Amino acid sequence: MSTTADHVEHGDHADHGDHVDHAHEPHVHEHKPDSYYVKVALILAAITALETSTYWVDFGAFFLPTLLILMAIKFVMVASLFMHLKGDDKIFSYLFYTGLILAILVYMAFLATFRFFSPT
Amino acid sequence: MAMWLFLGSECLLFGGLISTYMLYRGRHPADLGPDQIFDIPFTSVSSFVLLMSSLTMVLAVSAAAQKDDRRTNLWLTVTALLGATFVGGQVYEFTSFYREGLGFTSSLFSSSFYTLTGFHGVHVTVGIIMLMALVGINKRSSVPGDKAEVVELVGLYWHFVDVVWIIIFTLVYLIPS
Amino acid sequence: MAIIERPSTPALAGSGAPAVVTPSQAYGVLKRPVSTTGWRSWVFTVDHKKLGIMYGVVAMFFFLVGGVEALLIRLQLAGPEGTVLSAGLYNEMFTMHATTMVFLFVMPMAAAFANYLVPLQIGARDVAFPRINAFGFWCFLAGGLFLNTSWLLGGAADGGWFMYQPNANALFSPSHGVDFWGLGLQITGIASLTGAINLIVTILNMRAPGMTLMKMPIFTWMILVIQFLLVFAIPVITVALFLLMFQREFGATFFDVSAGADPLLWQHLFWIFGHPEVYILVLPGFGIVSEVLPVFSRKPLFGYRFVVFSGAAIGFVGWGVWAHHMFASGLGPVSVAVFSVATMLIAIPTGVKIVNWTLTMWGGKIWFTTSMLFAIGLVVEFTIGGLSGVTHAVAPSDTQQTDTYYIVAHFHYTIFGGAVLGLFAGFYYWWPKMFGKMLSERLGKWNFWLMIIGMNLTFGPMHIIGLQGQPRRMMNWTEARAGEGFFNLGFWNRVASVGSFVIAIGVAVFLLNVWQTHKKSSKTPKAPLDPWDARSLEWMTASPPKEHNFDAIPTVHALDEFFHRKYEVDHDTGEVRKVATGEEILAAEEAKADKHIHLPSPSYWPIILAFALPLMGYGVIYNRLLIVAGGLVVLLAMFGWALEPSVADDSDYDPPADGGGSNKELATIG
Ligand code: HEM
Ligand SMILES: [Cu+2]
Repeated sequence: MSTTADHVEHGDHADHGDHVDHAHEPHVHEHKPDSYYVKVALILAAITALETSTYWVDFGAFFLPTLLILMAIKFVMVASLFMHLKGDDKIFSYLFYTGLILAILVYMAFLATFRFFSPT
Repeated sequence: MAMWLFLGSECLLFGGLISTYMLYRGRHPADLGPDQIFDIPFTSVSSFVLLMSSLTMVLAVSAAAQKDDRRTNLWLTVTALLGATFVGGQVYEFTSFYREGLGFTSSLFSSSFYTLTGFHGVHVTVGIIMLMALVGINKRSSVPGDKAEVVELVGLYWHFVDVVWIIIFTLVYLIPS
Repeated sequence: MAIIERPSTPALAGSGAPAVVTPSQAYGVLKRPVSTTGWRSWVFTVDHKKLGIMYGVVAMFFFLVGGVEALLIRLQLAGPEGTVLSAGLYNEMFTMHATTMVFLFVMPMAAAFANYLVPLQIGARDVAFPRINAFGFWCFLAGGLFLNTSWLLGGAADGGWFMYQPNANALFSPSHGVDFWGLGLQITGIASLTGAINLIVTILNMRAPGMTLMKMPIFTWMILVIQFLLVFAIPVITVALFLLMFQREFGATFFDVSAGADPLLWQHLFWIFGHPEVYILVLPGFGIVSEVLPVFSRKPLFGYRFVVFSGAAIGFVGWGVWAHHMFASGLGPVSVAVFSVATMLIAIPTGVKIVNWTLTMWGGKIWFTTSMLFAIGLVVEFTIGGLSGVTHAVAPSDTQQTDTYYIVAHFHYTIFGGAVLGLFAGFYYWWPKMFGKMLSERLGKWNFWLMIIGMNLTFGPMHIIGLQGQPRRMMNWTEARAGEGFFNLGFWNRVASVGSFVIAIGVAVFLLNVWQTHKKSSKTPKAPLDPWDARSLEWMTASPPKEHNFDAIPTVHALDEFFHRKYEVDHDTGEVRKVATGEEILAAEEAKADKHIHLPSPSYWPIILAFALPLMGYGVIYNRLLIVAGGLVVLLAMFGWALEPSVADDSDYDPPADGGGSNKELATIG
């Protein structure tokens, strides 16, 4: 529940002089018009519609991969465009995706030890 | 940066809950499993609502960046309302499952399902509280846009909660067991 | 010279920081606590140094608690069919001993060093989020106390520190002990998580100008690695603990075999956390000796880059080996083979470190201070522990060793030898920095030799009794089955028990040393500024440091900056000669003192928020209404926190004695 107010470093640039680190907090994004975000949301909505359609339409063998790929696309779109990971300092992406990828690897291995992925 | 680290950490939290659910989703009496109980059309609608709340959130962030407090507050409120709709939908869903006989302790499937989605619901609720608090703080403050950075941080949290739902919706609801 | 002074509003605006619009008074039933002396200055502080010291004191207290528990265990096992403890109490004792040592001593003691030293080592004035830092400390204290109240409320946890299921569910462990354990660790987990995020942001964002990552002191590097491990490991145990709570308190059956559950779920979640955790325990010690060895060998750390990268590699590979704790649990041959090989790999970066330390000492002019002795002790003892670790990386041999005293020997050589000796090296090394006084070297040597001899007497024989087949966690051994001759279990058990008391005397000598140094009548002189001829930034300021750490933030040009300011290489002869003393360097820095220094103000909210958590804990166990009450306090405290500016309003301060406002120029770093 941190707020900026708690950030010692904030507003302290004079003291630190030229910063070695590029990971700098108050960052300015290039400004995107609202219509841009609406477009992104429309695409996301379309993907969701496609996903839910699998409930009625039979996709056969493509079913699982399609769903997973669509899920990944949505995830990355929200993360990069709404959460501004794209265009922001790389360090944020590193921190977040480290957690994500670590989670995926560790928990996949974990499920694998239960023979979750092997056909029964 | 702190928020990103926290979200990275949350990935492992939800990862653990999702894995537990995946492990146990098949362990239930024949008539009370995911395939029997889920109401996909209903959940699709509430997923859609949550997705759209991400849009309103990003609009709030961008309004805050332009120091437009009035629009910021408007979008924050809309986001909170959409979030509340989602949570309301979840409450409704839980009660109807419960009526059909799926209690928290009925089966391993039900325990892990309620734990996972309940955790997510709590996250959304916390998000709603933060949004409301932000609106309150914004109203008191006389300097427009001075809370822009906080709005952005809450925004990150909110999008993350949405993103987690994207995963849960696919893995838990859409993929039959 | 700049001093911390009452803030004046014009200066705030002048610094370009966003003007603070919410006067804290408006919400103030509670006036901002701004005292700089007395108990208030500690309880509400957000100063990383004070918090560091408090972490240290509380962790030391829990070290003694855990130590007494250990002594009771060894008393019980000193003779055949011991009667000191009942079987139930014995179970509680080993569980709480391990839990206390791991979560309430080594981790928070590492946090103490990290809190105190990291900002100093990177040339910063505090951590990134001072109030969250305070919150972390109070969470740790609240969680630790909460956990230990279980002794008085029907018995402590008794399932072993890894609390395997279903052994630890309500059927087999009916007291509330396990509930206290789960909730208490949940609370200390919050402390670790917030602390970790805080330190990472501090290290990545607040280094002094010129300090690139590869010029960062090695201790700070190791702390950074640990904090990453914490950020990603804590949530895993959080999940496990929640499942445990739902199982025990709300009737879920996550680990109940009769309900079709898989008890291995718990084991996996616990060890996915647990193995990174063992590195969380040992890396602080590694960091400390990597500072101490070069200083007392009068040589730079050999292969700084290798030490950094092997630390990071350990952090990374540590995620892929957890199942080696489960070789005997029926994982299946493929899993066992994979995890066995992965475990052997992790010995490589660990070995790299040992080689680096040895080569650091090689050819150095070694100065055998107490601190150095502890550091050398660590290298030797940890090597022994690492070697026995490799023997059980080999799965077939592990199935013989697991759950015997051999394992107990292994992890005590790693944890006592790797973590605890490192922490003691740190005490002796940084004591003059933190308190401005030197600990006695004479008592220090006694301290060291007693502990080193004690630990080998205690844990060495455990290799033998383990290979002879004495299981761990058994409350009794019998003369009839103790065996003959050299391998007689009885003899070695007695040796181990004697050894544990030797360690205890060693620790007592340490406490005596501290008391002697600080008692009122003590004649110990003030410590010199640079007693060890040290190398890194924390020595480039007063001892103990001023509240704002540095008068002027130093600009860094080299790894071992302080050393390079003191010494120069003569271009003609290639000789290294001293060009400045620590005092001269400090004086030069002070002459450049920043005019604008403003530190974040103390706050009530961290402690209030932290102590609401055990309230909720008791609620889960006894009465759900308390959860609501605690929850409300949490909510309230969060609001109070969010609305409180990090820098106190002028009106919060008592009027200055001289009646006039301050004329000091101030800026904010809050
Ligand atoms: C050279 C590196 C290491 C290797 C190859 C290694 C290997 C192992 C293995 C295979 C086990 C499981 C034994 C069993 O339960 O049957 C184990 C247990 C253990 N190790 Fe290590 N280890 C290493 C370093 C460390 C370090 C650095 C620490 C702590 C600072 C540590 C602490 C522990 C603990 C606490 C246990 C016992 C857990 C329990 O059963 O309660 N190890 N080690
Ligand atoms: Cu391990």
